Order: sequence, then structure tokens, then C-alpha cells
Amino acid sequence: MRLQYPTDIKIILLPCTGKLDVLHILHAFEKGADGVYAVGCMEGDCHYNSGNLRARKRVEQAQHILDVIGMGGERVQMYNLSSSEGPRFAQIAIEMDERIRKLGPNPIKQSKNRAA
Amino acid sequence: MIVADKKPIEEIIEEIKEHEKILILGCNECVTVCEAGGKKEVGVLASALRMYFLNQGRDVKIDEVTLERQCDHEYLEEIRDRMDQYDAVVSIACGVGVQFMAEKYHDTPVYPGVNTCFLGVTEKRGLWTERCQACGQCILASTGGICPVSRCAKRLLNGPCGGSVHGSCEINKDIDCAWQLIVDRLKALNRLDDYEKICALKDWSFDRAGGPRKVVREDVQE
Repeated sequence: MRLQYPTDIKIILLPCTGKLDVLHILHAFEKGADGVYAVGCMEGDCHYNSGNLRARKRVEQAQHILDVIGMGGERVQMYNLSSSEGPRFAQIAIEMDERIRKLGPNPIKQSKNRAA
Repeated sequence: MIVADKKPIEEIIEEIKEHEKILILGCNECVTVCEAGGKKEVGVLASALRMYFLNQGRDVKIDEVTLERQCDHEYLEEIRDRMDQYDAVVSIACGVGVQFMAEKYHDTPVYPGVNTCFLGVTEKRGLWTERCQACGQCILASTGGICPVSRCAKRLLNGPCGGSVHGSCEINKDIDCAWQLIVDRLKALNRLDDYEKICALKDWSFDRAGGPRKVVREDVQE
């Protein structure tokens, strides 16, 4: 299909989004990520039954924590799509890229840069 | 086990905002099982606090340690040589751990990171319910293994009150009537005669009514 999507997205492969932990998301932000999104299978279609549902809960936990500490919970999102939906994958990447650009860079990265 | 629930991060931030070097101290026992104060929760809280302070433009040192227990001398001693690095500790053990930590490290403020709730069981992941109030004189032998002290809202010892409706407690229909559970269990055990036995006045001096309690076992003391 040779679809185009923003080049500033780093893909981290997981065996299932059920592997995703709140800590993975928080550490990504600590290390300077401007946004994180999880792309899981369609709800009801998880090979392990509930991996993507667990991932959604963890994304919501991370959103809550980021809201509380003033980083902005909307920097974390969960999407569900099937593996055959290449165009949707690209569309989500574009959507997330636009969302994060509107929110601006990770605020703690800016603080670290000021300190350095 | 001792069941605890996480305090809101906002509350913890309010407790520690004046400090510069903070140790987040977890416990590998009960609070790990109820997912409130184990290694994982230490990691999440520490990460959130590090980002909060950086976002405020402050470089606050936040370290993470999880001890095997916080209610025994030997485990709390494991951190003695590094305690001079911190000006505050957030203990996410139960209230016992927080207090023992504060007793042993007298000059360092120790803040609680969880609300200690009760002695209970894991009914399923994410659902913990109370089973024991540590009243000091166990009567489970005569109540079919179901405790009316912890599970009856009125702590009645000789059958239900008039508020038991279809097996539920009058304070909340989602709470089982402890005495209905006891009668059902005694029936299943073919020991319903036990229900007829009158439980004498309970000596509450073994409960909190007698003030802080202690267990002394000279046979095992050194």
C-alpha cells in the first residue's frame, strides 16, 4: 500500500497490548516522549481474550496520573483496529501526531533542557 | 492479610512538596497482594512524582526501594546505610509499616502513601473484603467459621437483628447478613444446634477497648 504516516512515531512491538503496563507509559514520558498511544486489536477479537481490554484500563490509569501531575492525560490514547486496516493505522498515526503537536512538547523535557 | 488502598497522588504531593530528597518505600507483603504498596506501585508513584516535580521546575531526588516487610527490624535495617541520603520517606506499606519505619528512623519524616483499611481476603482481583477485626478472642468455632464481629454491622453475637432481609443487611442490600451466612453454614455442617447456644457477654478488653494490645511469648523470646 505504501501508505505515508509521520516519521516521528517510534513503534514498539508487543506480543499483545495486554503486555502494556502503566509503568511502560510513564517511563516513556520520563524519557521524553511527547505522547504515547497503544494500538490493540478490536475489542472482542483479542487472541488472549482480554489483553486489549486490560491495555485500555492501563491507558486510562496513565491518563489519570498524567492529568493529576499536570502533564495532560490526553497525551496517552488507546486505539483498536484490525491488522488488515493499514489505512486506518496511518490515519491514527496522523491524528495522534496532530494531537500532540497541538499540545506541544513534553513539559518535563523542557524543564530538563532548562536545567541543563 | 492487611488490606490497604492507594492514597490519591494529589494528597501525597501535598504531604511531601517541601522535601528535596525522597525515598518511596514499598512492602512485599500484604500491600503487594492488594496492589496498593508493592514494587509496582512504588515504581508508578515514584515515576509520577519525578515528573510532577520536574514539571514544576524542581529537581527532586525520588528513589525507589521495596523491602520484604516493613514490620520487622531486620528488613528495615537494610536501608540504614542509605537513609542519610533522604530528607523524607513515603512508605506505602500499611500503617504498621509506616509507624515502625518512623520509630526506627526517628529523625526522618515518614509519610503514609496508602490508607490502611482492614484485615481481609481477595475475593477476586480488584475486590477485597473484610473478614477479621482482630478482636483478640476468636469465636469462629461456634459460628460456623463466619465472624459476626467483623461481618455483622452491629457485631451481634446471638443471631440477627430485625433488619436482616432476604439474606442482606439492612445497612446495604449488597452486604450479606452475617447471621444468615452463619445459619446457612451451620445447617450445611449439620450443626444447627450450635445456633441455640447462647454466646455469653464477650470480653471486649481483648479488643481495642482495652487500649493498645500486645502479645508476649516468653517461650520464644531470646
